[in-house]
Amino acid sequence: MKGRNVRVARWAVLGLLVGALSVVAAGCGGDDGGSGASTEIEGLGTSLEEISTLAREEGEVNVVQWAGYAQLVDEFTAATGCKVNTKDGASSDDMISLIETGAYDGVSASGNASVRLMATGEVAPVNTDFIPNFADVQEGIQGKDYNSLDGQPYGVPHGRGPNFLMFRTDEVPETTDSWSVIWDDAELAKYGGKISIYDDSIFIADAAVYLKATQPDLGIDNPYELDDTQFQAAIDLLKKQAAAGANYWPGDVAKQIGEYTNGDSVVGTTWPYQYVQLTAADPPVPVSAIKPKEGTTGWSDTWMPYSKAANPNCMYLWMDHMISPEAQAAVAEGFGEAPVNLKACDLTTNPDHCTEYHADDESWWEDIYYWTTPVADCGDDRGEVCKTQEDWEAAWTEIRG
Amino acid sequence: MTSVPVAEPPPPGSPGRRLSTFFFRHPRVRLGVLLALPLAWLVIVYFGSLFVLLLSSLWDTDPFTSDVVHDFTLDNFRRILETPVFRNVAWRTIQMAAMVTLADAVLAFPIAYYMARVASARTRDLLVIAVLMPLWANYLVKAYAWRTILSDGGVINWALDPLGLHFDGLSTVGLWLVFTYLWLPFMILPIYAGLERIPSSLLEASADLGGRSLTTFTRVILPLAFPAVVAGSIFTFSLTMGDYIAPGLITSEQFIGTVIYNIRGEALPTAAAYSLVPIVVVIAYLLVARKLRAFESL
Repeated sequence: MKGRNVRVARWAVLGLLVGALSVVAAGCGGDDGGSGASTEIEGLGTSLEEISTLAREEGEVNVVQWAGYAQLVDEFTAATGCKVNTKDGASSDDMISLIETGAYDGVSASGNASVRLMATGEVAPVNTDFIPNFADVQEGIQGKDYNSLDGQPYGVPHGRGPNFLMFRTDEVPETTDSWSVIWDDAELAKYGGKISIYDDSIFIADAAVYLKATQPDLGIDNPYELDDTQFQAAIDLLKKQAAAGANYWPGDVAKQIGEYTNGDSVVGTTWPYQYVQLTAADPPVPVSAIKPKEGTTGWSDTWMPYSKAANPNCMYLWMDHMISPEAQAAVAEGFGEAPVNLKACDLTTNPDHCTEYHADDESWWEDIYYWTTPVADCGDDRGEVCKTQEDWEAAWTEIRG
Repeated sequence: MTSVPVAEPPPPGSPGRRLSTFFFRHPRVRLGVLLALPLAWLVIVYFGSLFVLLLSSLWDTDPFTSDVVHDFTLDNFRRILETPVFRNVAWRTIQMAAMVTLADAVLAFPIAYYMARVASARTRDLLVIAVLMPLWANYLVKAYAWRTILSDGGVINWALDPLGLHFDGLSTVGLWLVFTYLWLPFMILPIYAGLERIPSSLLEASADLGGRSLTTFTRVILPLAFPAVVAGSIFTFSLTMGDYIAPGLITSEQFIGTVIYNIRGEALPTAAAYSLVPIVVVIAYLLVARKLRAFESL
């Protein structure tokens, strides 16, 4: 009797196993095609009034953002009836994965995410008729290759900023003005285990920016278009930095803020947000953040709606809110970046904020290289020999060791 | 005499009665239905998801978008076998798991011995609670607490400062301390259970035969408790093999878990292939543990 029961159980297990696996394997068909250059998102209203009404019914919007981006949320919810749920992304790759889960309505994408999202159709272009504040967006930001495709605007610009060199003024000379403090052999020996580096493959571009200034024979022009020799040089430099004991902060700004507060890191690369947080802490941490003389990488971010958003109306209202002068002023000072709606400049608590952050000074942005996705096409007469996103990511795993 | 309430049997011919008769007459079906739900969970949810994971290790990725493409390829396995970084990280993780297991065994044994054979009943109960209490605290809370302890401004360096010493806590050594702390209860409890099972008559017999404490310990207690130590080591070893949160917080060195976590977005098939490494290692460990009779001590 027992033998028979055991045999029954074994057959049951086998049967279920085969059944389950065949269901799973059958479900692994091809992927759906992406694309669709239409601004139509299912459920989106056809007029501003309709969008407002539908938004009240939707009641919420779920967005993926960089830490510290959402501002004046309570005012937004009171005005529109949309509750805002934010999810902080650790990196552009992380944000793309999050959007692909389908659980979010939009994302504040940097150039190295937006290009990929536009190409695959994960994000829909925006109908600027439904975003009244769009008219006030700076001309210089519109129509870029990271926020438009085939002449159609994709998303609403949010703001731009540089990746600063930040250092504790009680450990590193105040007169520091160059990236050499985290790349040079002598400096690596001095600061070794206290260097703080952004843990993402996009940081390879920062090595390239430094090499552009210090090794001009390599001929690096665009730090995201690196051929084999240039790429190898950048990797060797990064491996040296890793070997010196650098600390990597994984898009988790709290980790870097903690490191600088405790003195576990004294010099490194950062976003303006951490600088604002450290100087506003009680007691304030003695740090200085600069754009070094070699220039730096940066980002120009765009709020983009997911093409299959569950709450497209709230998302449109959110995008309009984020480029309103009030929200732009709040995020510019809260995060530490240059707003794209210059009407915000009259509203900032610090009246010189826009001047300090060079919101209207295009020349300052000339040596800031916005994050973008590396592709094989070098864009010049070298042809298609440049390293791709895949190569960058594989290299980063190797560099971390 | 109180009357015990008895359920009325369903009347003959009713659907309930027919169903219960059917199950009575077909015990195999009864067994199948009873097992269906838990088996479904085990097979579909657990094995099914493992199967999908391993299946995705045979797929490719789009070089631009990093989307998974359902084209069969062995490149992922080639990559993890040929690229030095994957081998180095795997070896580093195995070494860390071994060091943590050793440290936990050495620390847990005296505590478990005291609890099992020396402490009074009341002390033993208090000790069991004390050993279990860290498990009530959230993992993240413990990991962040250790981060603060190990950091430059933390307690350890505060104590070493007057002696002119400095401890670089946010390193592999620091991580070893953290893992040892986190998994210690999992080592103490099986050893405690194993030591408790040793009948005192054996120890008395050993003494009667002229064995002194050390001899009794090495020739009677240790061999009998060894399977329990191996049982506890299963936890410390496998938990260390897969962990990615503590390494991410404490050190910049990569471990298997952190590599998988870092590349899961843009190279999911490679991450899936790499996850086979800890699976294979732990299966091998379990086979050895079974040989050493650890499963009888769990």
